[in-house]
Amino acid sequence: MKENRYEIRIGGSGGQGVILMAVILAEAVGVYGGQFVCQTQSYGPEARGGKSKAEVVVSGTEIDYPKVIQMDLFLAMNQPSLDAYFYDFKPNGLLLVDSTFVEQIPTSRVIAIPFTRIARQEFKQEMVANMVALGALGHLCPQVRVEHLREALLARVPPHTRALNGDAFAAGLAAAQGVDLAALPHSIVSEEQGDEV
Amino acid sequence: MSGTGAGRRVLLQGNEAIVEGALAAGCRLFAGYPITPASEISELMSLRLPAVAGTFIQMEDEIASIGAVIGASLAGVKSLTATSGPGFSLMQENLGFACMAEVPCVIVNVMRGGASTGLPTSPAQGDVMQARWGTHGDHPIIVLAVSSVADSFEITVHAFNLAEKYRVPVIILSDEVVAHTRETFVLPGPDQVEVVDRMRPSVPPQWYKPYADNSRGVPAMAAMGDGYRHHVTGLIHDESGFPTQRGDEINALVRRQFRKITNGFFEIQMTRSFMMEGAQVAVIAYGSVARSAKRAVRMAREQGIDAGLLQLVTLFPFPRKDVDQVLRQCKAVIVPEMNMGQISREVKRVNRRCRIITYNRVDGQLITPEEIFEELGG
Repeated sequence: MKENRYEIRIGGSGGQGVILMAVILAEAVGVYGGQFVCQTQSYGPEARGGKSKAEVVVSGTEIDYPKVIQMDLFLAMNQPSLDAYFYDFKPNGLLLVDSTFVEQIPTSRVIAIPFTRIARQEFKQEMVANMVALGALGHLCPQVRVEHLREALLARVPPHTRALNGDAFAAGLAAAQGVDLAALPHSIVSEEQGDEV
Repeated sequence: MSGTGAGRRVLLQGNEAIVEGALAAGCRLFAGYPITPASEISELMSLRLPAVAGTFIQMEDEIASIGAVIGASLAGVKSLTATSGPGFSLMQENLGFACMAEVPCVIVNVMRGGASTGLPTSPAQGDVMQARWGTHGDHPIIVLAVSSVADSFEITVHAFNLAEKYRVPVIILSDEVVAHTRETFVLPGPDQVEVVDRMRPSVPPQWYKPYADNSRGVPAMAAMGDGYRHHVTGLIHDESGFPTQRGDEINALVRRQFRKITNGFFEIQMTRSFMMEGAQVAVIAYGSVARSAKRAVRMAREQGIDAGLLQLVTLFPFPRKDVDQVLRQCKAVIVPEMNMGQISREVKRVNRRCRIITYNRVDGQLITPEEIFEELGG
């Protein structure tokens, strides 16, 4: 169908903060950016571990089906979630992975950044790997403006962690700015054909 | 978290929107017991109610939760509880008490996979018939289904209004998808929300008959502590509220309880038509599935298929008038549900000659637009 629907999925392990990332992203796009947005998630009954995914659908018009149909952007924080949730990747979609944990990559349209390693080395806290990834997402996702994302992030996290989260966000942003997007290969399936597949 | 002022654009979950809707409708007591996927309602209520001089109680279980809700409502306070399938099962006995004693209250059931503890984190629509018939005995009840964040706000306000107007428990059926989907929503200000309050007695206390009939069939309701001493029981009672065995009084009470809902049918029956003009084939859906259906209908229209959607907001009393119109208009109707066919059976009861296709999915996943589109002939 002809519409400007843009679909993002974030996959990881329960406890990595993928839902928080999606909530911040949705807030940046929907509240600060003024677009229609639907943010959904699916996870198991475990408090930690297990596969977890969160999705954000962005559109200029009201969104009917709230979940991802075909991903434009997929951020995988570990290998099991990449394996499990890669199936509806769009031709010409963009895959972003945490190369600390992801070894087998199913497409060449990929950007690999070691989010967790950056978090460990620069901030001595693996916990902020999701905010590092969010910084990268801010640069790579055309639907969101970096300043909206930063604002939404700082408003969501507990006040005493603002500096740490803000720095982690900046580190991820810097890492993504070093990537040459134009060098990525295009899919052999055109965007229009892709819709029909 | 939300806790925000009116008129602001906020990102809310369905569960959070239910809280905002309840507060806007005047709800000032929440008693509940946490359960996935309804816990956010409790959580947010515990933050918001104290700020508006309301009462939040985390109870020992769901039986006590609805007990507290009924008690508070009898004392004149609009009350809410929220749960999921397993907790809803525990509430059934007291739900019957609320029906018999005609206590207005709202019960949210965020449906997850069942039976038993089932699938705590996955959506389903398996509690539709339980909402209608879960408690024993012949009883009228109102059941509403929500499909979005905006719905979760508006329908919750409406649920309270109907409960107050008809003195009946109202059940809101949400599901895991609606409950946890975040969407932007502009919270209406207090002056933008229509709020209905129960009729209070206008007679002096000594003349008050708590269950006296009137033209609407809805007796005026005094609050406990207002000086209108009266008796409330789960036994069949006469106008004064005391138990009776007299056939004429039993008959009058049961029939009045049904009559008040029948009288209000056209107000209570809420549905939404989408692209029904000229439709030859229609989808009848509710809850999160209605969203998939909407997309499926748009996809079908793009392919030149004359498809339409009737979204059911009221599930009970079953919106048979609106459904009947669709059945007269269309050659075939698809009823997709995340259960083995609960509303589709109701549709078949209304049906005369239309072809009804039941489409079921029970694997803990939302039915996709493509699945419905295929059924539409796409």
